[in-house]
Amino acid sequence: MTWEEILQCTEVIARYLIPTLKIFGFTLLFSIPLGMVVALLKMCKFKPVSWLINVYILIMRGTPLMLQIITIYYAIPMMKVSDSAFLQNLFAGVDIKSESYQFNALIVAFALNYAAYFAEIFRGGIESIPKGQYEAAAALGMTKGQTFFRVVLPQVIKRIVPASSNEVITLVKDTSLASVIAYAEIFRKAKEQMVSYSNLTPLFIAGIFYFIMNAILTTVFAAVEKKLDYYK
Amino acid sequence: MAILEVRNLSKSFDKLEVLKDISFDVEKGEVVAIIGPSGSGKSTLLRCINQLEKASGGSVKVCGLDMIEGYKNGKPVYSPADVLREIRLKIGLVFQNFNLFPHMSVLKNITEAPMCVLKKSKQEAEETAKVLLEKMGLASKAGSYPCELSGGQQQRVSIARALALNPEVLFFDEPTSALDPELTGEILKVIKELAKEKMTMVIVTHEMAFARDVADHVIFMDGGVIVEEGTPEQVFGDTKNERTKQFLQRYNNDFKD
Repeated sequence: MTWEEILQCTEVIARYLIPTLKIFGFTLLFSIPLGMVVALLKMCKFKPVSWLINVYILIMRGTPLMLQIITIYYAIPMMKVSDSAFLQNLFAGVDIKSESYQFNALIVAFALNYAAYFAEIFRGGIESIPKGQYEAAAALGMTKGQTFFRVVLPQVIKRIVPASSNEVITLVKDTSLASVIAYAEIFRKAKEQMVSYSNLTPLFIAGIFYFIMNAILTTVFAAVEKKLDYYK
Repeated sequence: MAILEVRNLSKSFDKLEVLKDISFDVEKGEVVAIIGPSGSGKSTLLRCINQLEKASGGSVKVCGLDMIEGYKNGKPVYSPADVLREIRLKIGLVFQNFNLFPHMSVLKNITEAPMCVLKKSKQEAEETAKVLLEKMGLASKAGSYPCELSGGQQQRVSIARALALNPEVLFFDEPTSALDPELTGEILKVIKELAKEKMTMVIVTHEMAFARDVADHVIFMDGGVIVEEGTPEQVFGDTKNERTKQFLQRYNNDFKD
């Protein structure tokens, strides 16, 4: 490839940075709160609930994310061609070829998958807080809510930063799985360019984009860890 | 009026009975020391009165407020949440392991509960906290974090934290057991000063000389029951009880070694 072609190719790929970042951002937006809820439900003393949550986590962590994306993406089209008139009507208005449907399906799959991983990180963090902290808060008359939000959660955040940064960095790379349902993002475009130029350079360029994003995230997480280092 | 009235208190963990038929009173301004071998139920007793454990039977009255309303099928029914909260605020608790909040500065550790439980203003809470820190000899440590303090300093902060809620009675659960002998002294000094100010206190301790010095009333527990109680002179001086004698003798021998 000539320098001019490389530049042109970089420009095309760069245009699809936004869809990649959209998957990244929305996944975090939904999976972090969802993960927190899942973690709390898993610690629930009512057995059927924690059992159900265990099954959910087992499936999400036990099967490939790519499989989950495809399953969720094709679930509605499958129902549209099913025998049930009810299901056909229910999804009649859904245009499965639209970009918004693609995107929604992706976010559902990514958020459900990542919430399972975050939930385990959060649970580990919450359970690592010594019992004495709860007892001290109780002895001071703090309510359960005050104890969780003012005493436990701030300490949990410090403890889960390293493990969470791992997930977040993996997510950047996992966004490339969106290409499996033909969603136009960095990886999909790079592959198209690779085919049309019969050259691996476009993939290399995409790699540099992912690398830069993760280099930035690594720096941010290191700074966060440092900021939380004021106590042991 | 007695600050604390405990009657026939019992506590079992499954089938294991750790407290049996415990009764005692604490009058205002009185210092009560609870001594006894490990596993005798001393800490559990404090924890039951402070609602960190649920009692299995008996009654507890704090400043006239009943912690247990009545009984249903032989199990205690606790009073409504607002009463329990009021009781809790009348009792301050100092733990063996301090249990300070590591992510908060010393000042914040002390102001947190007054602000979010008693709804005091930040200014008022901080003024009280500074007076308490001054009293504990830690005025210069307000901005430090617990991890930057020695064990003795941390325990003094936790005493200030408990005092900030202005409790009627202060419980100490082996306050010096996690400290080396040198640091033990500074905590005992603080407790002695509080005793001089007529602070009502219940102290679970292994420091026999200290218990003898500071307490108005000594309770010796073993195997979940009160074996003997009385003035320090009675218990330490000329106990008639064989078990007490045996226990105290072991302590005296340890000191001679």
